[in-house]
Amino acid sequence: MKKVAVVGVGQTKFSGPQDKTQVELFAEAATDAIEGSNLKPKDIKALFLGNALGDFEEGQGMIASYAAENIGCMYVPTNRYEGACASASMAVRDAFMWVASGYYDIVLAGGIERAATMGTGMATRTFAMFSDSRYEFPSGITFPGVFAMLTYLYSKTYNVPLDKLREQMAKVSIQSYKHGSINPRAQFFGKNADMTVEKVLGSFVVCTPLTLHDCCPFSDGAAAVVLASEEVAKKLTKKPVYITGTGQSSSGPLINQKDFLPRIRSREISSQQAYKMAGRKPDDIDVCELHDCFSIATLIASESLGFFEYGKSGEAWEKGEADIGGKVAVNPSGGLKAKGHPIGATGAGQVYEVARQLRGEMEPDNQVPDAKIGMTDTLGGDCATIVNMILERGW
Amino acid sequence: MEQKLYFKDYNEALKQNKLLGLKCRACGTITIPPKMACRQCGSPDMQVTEVKTDGKIVTFTTIFVGAEGRENEVPYTVVIVELEEGPWLMGNLEGIDPKAASIELIGKKVKMSTKVFPGDKYSPGETASPVFSLVN
Ligand SMILES: [Zn+2]
Repeated sequence: MKKVAVVGVGQTKFSGPQDKTQVELFAEAATDAIEGSNLKPKDIKALFLGNALGDFEEGQGMIASYAAENIGCMYVPTNRYEGACASASMAVRDAFMWVASGYYDIVLAGGIERAATMGTGMATRTFAMFSDSRYEFPSGITFPGVFAMLTYLYSKTYNVPLDKLREQMAKVSIQSYKHGSINPRAQFFGKNADMTVEKVLGSFVVCTPLTLHDCCPFSDGAAAVVLASEEVAKKLTKKPVYITGTGQSSSGPLINQKDFLPRIRSREISSQQAYKMAGRKPDDIDVCELHDCFSIATLIASESLGFFEYGKSGEAWEKGEADIGGKVAVNPSGGLKAKGHPIGATGAGQVYEVARQLRGEMEPDNQVPDAKIGMTDTLGGDCATIVNMILERGW
Repeated sequence: MEQKLYFKDYNEALKQNKLLGLKCRACGTITIPPKMACRQCGSPDMQVTEVKTDGKIVTFTTIFVGAEGRENEVPYTVVIVELEEGPWLMGNLEGIDPKAASIELIGKKVKMSTKVFPGDKYSPGETASPVFSLVN
């Protein structure tokens, strides 16, 4: 396998409902990524694009081909990836595979979504399509409902009293809001820096025990990354960020994950694949952008990734061990909670953040000092699709 | 290879409050809902069996924000129930005040009946869904 580098990244501001089309959103992010790579659209050999719900958001299918043509990448093969909220990470991982294989030397990957534009009712309905439509949705289960059920299960399994757990979860949201408030491309830029435990616990109940501030927003946005082989990357940039490990795993309906929940077995498998390929272990990771679609999801993810012991990660947030300066800096971008979650773009947005961390390009208060090794973690559906990537400085 | 039990037949039985599962000849595990391969060992060598519906609550949530088309159902309580024979089922808990549902529910014994979700414009038809109630 060839070494594969991220040579350029781009991202729109993640936001609430806005007027640009998905193709237009992607074009902004992609053109920034291509120009930032010192490349031209004609240099791109293929486009791999995450887009989960474009059919419902704009009545648009097969969007990858339109997205490529729009930015001047003519006649290249284009693949759309749908793995719910993990769509873009699947696209980036497959782009990595194609470049690693030697078949293509330069591939554009990314994602787009206009989930916020759909409005809460339609977004809630379409997100629920990622639960089992025959055996789960008839009960009225929603996406936050899945993580709400995992919250109670977590409390019971690890014997963390619910009140204590909810306070720990609130601290997860507070940390994310703090970072998101100074990230100019975050949905909650300039907002919620003054969040308190009381405000989180006292906000509107979405589904017990999760409140509004436990939940990520619906978002519009796009992100893009250019991947290149090592030999090409060395000609393009002095700061290639190598993808040194990847993993991906899947599961069936939530009810069939009974032997492990609230542990996410597919995440344990996926992250172990990534660690093994990179020759790294959890302690080596300086910064991780992980899938915090809900505050409880953050705690569960950080345990499956091996950063903290099962049932103990809430204490890490209380002590600042999951913040910049702690054991591992989790979501210094603000994460899905504060940066936003345009689902089909989210994974590429995580790669965007980790690449900028390793290059030292973050806003000063969100920069992890001397970050050398980073990781992404993206979850789709009822914990049914997981993708992990490890990225490292190439200089 | 044909699947031993399809959604259609599982669904029709469930409407009659009859819960069908698949018992694995290789490992004895009961698989619900129906699928081609045993959820435990992956063997397709399973036979249809009627499964006892007694179980206890594993977890739950009361939902206040519903999907488009189902907004008028809120608040309602969704539960996962572990059946005595092993599998988990997702359904609703009725006969309680959803707003008063608390973590004390976990571990409580329940019995099952069913309701029919009529489906919406995205569904291929109606679907039976378990409805649980507490056993005193
Ligand atoms: Zn078996």
